[in-house]
Amino acid sequence: MTINQSGWRPEAPLANGAGDQPTFTGNRALMLEEPLLFEIGSTDRTGVDFEPAPSLQGGEGRGEGGQTSWWGTLTQPSPQGERANRLGNLERGAINLPGLSEPETVRHYTRLSRQNYAIDLGVFPLGSCTMKHNPRLNERIARLPGFADIHPLQPISTVQGALAVIHLVGEWLCTLTGMPAVAMSPKAGAHGELCGLLAIRAALEARGDARSVILVPESAHGTNPATAAFCGYAVENIPATAEGRVNVDALKARLGPDVAGVMITNPNTCGLFEREMIAICDAVHAAGGLVYCDGANFNAIVGRVRPGDLGIDAMHINLHKTFSTPHGGGGPGAGPVVFSKALAPFAPLPFVEQTPEGFRLVEEETAEDHHAQAFGRMVAFHGQMGMFTRAASYMLSHGADGLRQVSGDAVLNANYILRQLEDVLDAPFAASGPCMHEALFSDNGMAKGFNTLDIAKGLIDEGFHPMTVYFPLVVHGAMLIEPTETESKAGLDQFIGALRSVAERARAGDESLKSAPHFAPRRRLDETAAARSPILAQRYLADEDD
Amino acid sequence: MRYLPLSDADRRAMLDAIGVASVDDLFADVPAAARLSGPVEGLPMHMTEMAVERQLGGLAKQNLAAGDAPFFLGAGAYRHHVPSSVDHLIQRGEFLTAYTPYQPEIAQGTLQVLFEFQTQVARLYGCDVANASMYDGSTACWEAIGMARRITRRTRAILSAGLHPHYVSVCETMAKFTGDALDTAVPTLDGAGDDMARLLATIDDQTSCVVVQNPNILGAIADLSELAEACHAKGALLIVVVTEPVSLGAIKSPGEMGADIVVGEGQSIGVGLQFGGPYLGLFATRDKYVRQMPGRLCGQTVDADGKRGFVLTLSTREQHIRREKATSNICTNSGLCALAFSIHMTLLGEKGLRELAALNHAKAVAAADVLAQVPGVEVLNDAFFNEFTLKLSKPARPIVRDLADRNILAGVALGRLYADTSLENGLIVAVTETTTEEHVATLASALREALA
Repeated sequence: MTINQSGWRPEAPLANGAGDQPTFTGNRALMLEEPLLFEIGSTDRTGVDFEPAPSLQGGEGRGEGGQTSWWGTLTQPSPQGERANRLGNLERGAINLPGLSEPETVRHYTRLSRQNYAIDLGVFPLGSCTMKHNPRLNERIARLPGFADIHPLQPISTVQGALAVIHLVGEWLCTLTGMPAVAMSPKAGAHGELCGLLAIRAALEARGDARSVILVPESAHGTNPATAAFCGYAVENIPATAEGRVNVDALKARLGPDVAGVMITNPNTCGLFEREMIAICDAVHAAGGLVYCDGANFNAIVGRVRPGDLGIDAMHINLHKTFSTPHGGGGPGAGPVVFSKALAPFAPLPFVEQTPEGFRLVEEETAEDHHAQAFGRMVAFHGQMGMFTRAASYMLSHGADGLRQVSGDAVLNANYILRQLEDVLDAPFAASGPCMHEALFSDNGMAKGFNTLDIAKGLIDEGFHPMTVYFPLVVHGAMLIEPTETESKAGLDQFIGALRSVAERARAGDESLKSAPHFAPRRRLDETAAARSPILAQRYLADEDD
Repeated sequence: MRYLPLSDADRRAMLDAIGVASVDDLFADVPAAARLSGPVEGLPMHMTEMAVERQLGGLAKQNLAAGDAPFFLGAGAYRHHVPSSVDHLIQRGEFLTAYTPYQPEIAQGTLQVLFEFQTQVARLYGCDVANASMYDGSTACWEAIGMARRITRRTRAILSAGLHPHYVSVCETMAKFTGDALDTAVPTLDGAGDDMARLLATIDDQTSCVVVQNPNILGAIADLSELAEACHAKGALLIVVVTEPVSLGAIKSPGEMGADIVVGEGQSIGVGLQFGGPYLGLFATRDKYVRQMPGRLCGQTVDADGKRGFVLTLSTREQHIRREKATSNICTNSGLCALAFSIHMTLLGEKGLRELAALNHAKAVAAADVLAQVPGVEVLNDAFFNEFTLKLSKPARPIVRDLADRNILAGVALGRLYADTSLENGLIVAVTETTTEEHVATLASALREALA
């Protein structure tokens, strides 16, 4: 165990007793407070220099080098009328946007960045979020001008390399999932779910079989029922078994002519593989429904199991999880969707097609002849190109062998955590077989009044980001830990040691845990007050007069 | 494998601690028929960093980068110069590799940025509040129509002919499934897509909202005040879409003209072209509608010591709490793009934004005047910001393709966006601060040849 080799403990008072001494600035050495932009910036300050523009009202032109040029025509009345009219007489008044010079800007954001936890700083064990290392090669590739500086509507002849990348990532996804078709345009996981369900609905309507219900296991991500409802379906929950899997009997019993399909996460959010997945798919198909698989947890099985072999009809893949594109503080993600043969004709526009003459992009005006059943368009343009380049870099780096090692190590790390902690934390499904890439614990066994939140906040003081808490809903005080494959054994041992220590404090009823974190940039924040009278923007004086 | 820290000895020790013989044993719950015994067939094995760079770098070189050609494309995505510090700052690992700020004590950096971002967007749009961003402008547009449905409890939305056709397509796709009735129209070259008369005549007491883009797809600018009044007189909402946020450094904001919801694309500021994504959906509204808003919101509060801090708030609207009753199924925002936008906007400030907008407009006016001299070219717009539409004497799409073969990226032919042949001679031309005099001269002489 390699915890605090220095012997320094955060609880220990400082030698000179200055621990509570306020500072003039409110800073604590490297822990720096940073005011709001609106408190330090001003509307007449800028960090960008421009060549001077002529007044919008007309005025002096700037023929370069004294020569008459197109720029010089600005001094002439325009053919269509006076200069001001070229803006429709709609000139803008004060906007109240403060600016900063470049050094002030760099400092403002650098100081803010230091108030964030990040994968780059340590274990980030959020279950179902797959916070793995983000290779920097991916960032370099995405920024190549040939990828970063091309317009989505450029003539197809000028973007063959970009279409090749989209095609390449699509091919990898199809091969890894064992599915024949892919839609690349969905912008994130939830958007991919929407894509999958719209295809299901379109396919059912095409056969004149409108159905009204989508079944969702109670352990599902909140996006599943939200998506189904968005598509106009009634959502019905399917209970879990005591061992943490879908209750297959209950599911089969509910199937019928009104059930459009099921949305099922596999591996599921209890961290378990749905053993009966093939039987579930067969039963749903026999009843005329379709199977949507939430691919949020694909990292557990990538390179080892092709979901197509289990019989599913659609699955989104979060490129920001399994394929390491950065989470970026909450996005952007990317959620391509793979489709079975039954759903492929209904996949949305646009998509990339390979022809002997090169790649083409099938859009609305070219789709009619051979893709008439496409359910429509989900986004302007073609999807998250900047994520495709990063994912392509990740895929090629790992190869088929590396991806198999990825899922192996991810599952190994999670099982290691499960077995190292099950004596101090209740693991409700520890007997349900090996876990997949995440280990699930509950807050049973804590001292009275102590709960999951206290453990999470205690971990913050130990220098770790907490695990996913209170999800899935099927477990009391759930703690879902996903270490990913990019953690070393030493890093895991340190995390395990820290979590053991915090869990033991919670079992013993250590009151100091109730007020944790003590050493973060902020103590616990008042979320109730934030919601009661929301302050969602910094108001300026003009507003305060209203 | 450079990204995997476990050694074989580590793996052995961990398997022993778990009490299984091999990693394969951990997959015992997968049906044997679906368990692969080796690497997936049909894919290459792992590669070095240098080899990956060589392969993907080769594909990058097959594209004509906008910076390597005279470049005039717009129509919903604009090429602007992004200051170098923006990209350096968004690559700080603490921003790049952080998650959604669900643990606010150790995510104040992201949260304060979102609060500042929301404020910047609200001020830019002339609205009270903005959310922490959506996927892109087109999906934000659709979400706004859904929000208007919830507020008005009506299902008929009127879309302006000047709305970006991809945005219209997205709305039409979603409306097929939600039961909203959309009243749409295709623009005409006469009047540069202005259909104010149609909108004013069509609003009735069944209308949930009118959706209008400003500047519109053909670049035309309109005063929307009368339209806002007409909407409000019938109990409908006015939704204004802005695909070019830089325009708001010069043009009166939608909020000032009476819009109830303002949505749009933020890509112009900080994000770059990136072949269409990831982009940045902006979404703002009035205070009174905030609880019907989709997407994440960051709010100000205090911590246990009374210090100011920020948290995600009003999450009872969202899917992870409300599940099937949520205002939207959206889960992520476009966080890193929002950061880039916010940093770029901070660098600009009001002074810089106004200068940038003035420069864009002045160059566009000058370019329009030059192009108007070319025989066979007619400039359709009277009022525009940095984008205008040319009516050529021949179909534009073949000309755009031919010019691309000569490394000139001439603009967006309306034939790329509309099947309607009455629009095939239209060419949308965008001019920004990155456009040079030589670029305009090159385009003018190429068009002169092509139209001769």
